[in-house]
Amino acid sequence: MLGAIRDKVEAGKRLDRAEGRWLLTEAPLLDLGSLAQDARFRRIPERRVTFVVDSNPNYTNVCVTDCQFCAFYRKPGDPEAYTLSVDDVLRKVEAASLGGATTVLLQGGHNPDLPLDYYLSLVRETRRRFPSVTPHFFSASEIHTMALTSGLAVPDVIARLKEAGQTTLPGGGAEVLSERVRTRIAPKKGGPGAWLEVHREAHRQGLKSTATMMYGHVEEPEDVLDHWDAIRDLQDEHGGFTAFVPWSFKPGNTLLEKWITHYKGPSAYLRMLGASRLYLDNFPHVQASWFSEGKRTGQVALHWGADDFGGTLFEENVHAAADYVNRTSVAEIVTLIRDAGFTPAQRTTTYEILREL
Amino acid sequence: MPVAAEGRMELRDARLLPVRDKVRAGERLTREDGLLLFETPDLHGLGSLAGHVKSRLYGDRVCFVMNRYVNPTNVCVLSCAFCDFARKKGEAGAFENSIEDVLAMITPGTREAHIVGGHHPDWPFDYYERLIAAIHAARPETQIKAFTAAEVDFWWRRWRIEPREALERLKTAGLHSMPGGGAEIFSPRLQKLLNFTGKADADRWCQIHGIAHGLGIKTNATMLYGHVETMEERVDHLLRLRDQQDRSGGFLTFIPLAYQVGDTKLVPRQTPPTDDLRTIAASRLLLDNFPHIEAYWVMLGEATASLALHFGASDVNGTVENEKIAHMAKAESPAGLAREQILRMIRDAGKTAVERDALYHVVHVWS
Repeated sequence: MLGAIRDKVEAGKRLDRAEGRWLLTEAPLLDLGSLAQDARFRRIPERRVTFVVDSNPNYTNVCVTDCQFCAFYRKPGDPEAYTLSVDDVLRKVEAASLGGATTVLLQGGHNPDLPLDYYLSLVRETRRRFPSVTPHFFSASEIHTMALTSGLAVPDVIARLKEAGQTTLPGGGAEVLSERVRTRIAPKKGGPGAWLEVHREAHRQGLKSTATMMYGHVEEPEDVLDHWDAIRDLQDEHGGFTAFVPWSFKPGNTLLEKWITHYKGPSAYLRMLGASRLYLDNFPHVQASWFSEGKRTGQVALHWGADDFGGTLFEENVHAAADYVNRTSVAEIVTLIRDAGFTPAQRTTTYEILREL
Repeated sequence: MPVAAEGRMELRDARLLPVRDKVRAGERLTREDGLLLFETPDLHGLGSLAGHVKSRLYGDRVCFVMNRYVNPTNVCVLSCAFCDFARKKGEAGAFENSIEDVLAMITPGTREAHIVGGHHPDWPFDYYERLIAAIHAARPETQIKAFTAAEVDFWWRRWRIEPREALERLKTAGLHSMPGGGAEIFSPRLQKLLNFTGKADADRWCQIHGIAHGLGIKTNATMLYGHVETMEERVDHLLRLRDQQDRSGGFLTFIPLAYQVGDTKLVPRQTPPTDDLRTIAASRLLLDNFPHIEAYWVMLGEATASLALHFGASDVNGTVENEKIAHMAKAESPAGLAREQILRMIRDAGKTAVERDALYHVVHVWS
């Protein structure tokens, strides 16, 4: 199987599901890493690893969706529930901008009390007041919430956001795009179709987005393959995905913690990353997450197919709610990439190179 | 997910092909081969070769021991430039444990006690002998792994006790094996540069391990890396150990020790994980006569230690319990919690965890 996959990688041919399954379950981890590096260097011959200077604030933790993997949300009326005003959020954007951030990845819970204008103001005002910041706002399920509360259809919501100045969408909330998994851990969030619909429509309207995957809970290899098939097929339609970003589920303070006591280790992460680089042949980039997997595993991940080191994450609250905290600086990111044997380069939200370091 | 099939030793660096042939044939690698291992950009190929050797020896098994680390004192006459541990007598933070203090640290049921300390200017050899005898009497179930060759050498320097006599007396008192510390890096250049000329040098360190082996005392070996040493110095260190093992044959495990920056800051930061993985793999390939290569998780971090199990490591040391962990554990038994952590590290890599004793006898195979 290894030889057949290598031949396909060298010929630039697409892997089939059986090959993907083998990579996920049986491939020797080091051979997988070696092949993934081949695929990575075929796409990006330079020993360059990009990163983005960004911040991940949240505008609300109010949410009616009750996902079992989430430690961040609070039900409406909970004493710890909060919703920031537009001005409060903009102060966070300003702080990020002053810190040099070019991307603000803004997400929040599904708060039925927020009107569409709230979201549109956030985009419009960010564009107007902080032109150096790309508003990388609102994951797919938040856009569904906007559609529900405004009575508009999803394409119309996206059109309005685009009109306000939005050019990219974050890829969060995908979890694992399989009916079985979503029914089990996020029954109120809608099936994989809901997430895919938003990204398809965004790509159709010319927006770029990322695709994420949160693994390490109830999924089986077949579910991961469902996820990859879905996003690879969608990428064939419009080419709107910039990167694939997998990370391991953190069980702390979640409902799933009862059954899953610890996050998946570094071997599982490298396998996921390497196999995705090989399987998702139409994705320009695969991102290593120093943040979710640890800095040292992040460095090793650059040898397992990843060509991007993620962001500086000046502010982060979702992993923190699961008692998982990890911090860095631009200088440290640059050092980590160099120590791993690569040339760091700062990029934009859409992966254009801003400067080599 | 199921256990991955064995690697096929795929190579990207053609210069590694002769190394692969030698590895397949079970032939010894040369110094030039060793330098190539530390230089090749093909980290995956290097790891596959080392993983192949490890698998040939042990399949997917990786071992660990339930152990405790005990330091009788941190008072030390030396001032090694890489050491954060040592204090002068009377200095803030200096400690001197009595035999009763040490006994209290070794809880009943401890499988292995790892005991090393500073070179105390005033403690007679007799203290150490009584310490071992007292532990052995109080905890007959505990295997005592104690005192580096550097400490044994110091007893000669300070009290003119011959190493052979010291080791014989300690063995009689209940010593089971010796740890591999104090080797640092075998290099006269670095002995001067890092201010450890007053410590056993390569010849002396190897001589003392040879004496121990002759007395039937198994030992370990270490190398402190990731500071200001060259790759040549690493390779020469490993070859020196291989040579000693050919002569005396009593080494159980080689433990590469990643230099911890701490307050000594010989370099700005700890060497990256890729260097740890490379060092583990190169050690496995060069030290063909060493039973085990260890990924010491306390220094590498759990994640890198777990990944090192794909790069030729067959041991992760042990639970290394101490009071801090006991405090963290709250309601659960500290030993049980520590074992769970080690099992996770091994299982995450898809390997089978084997609990061992200090002398590498199998205690339990954890499925």
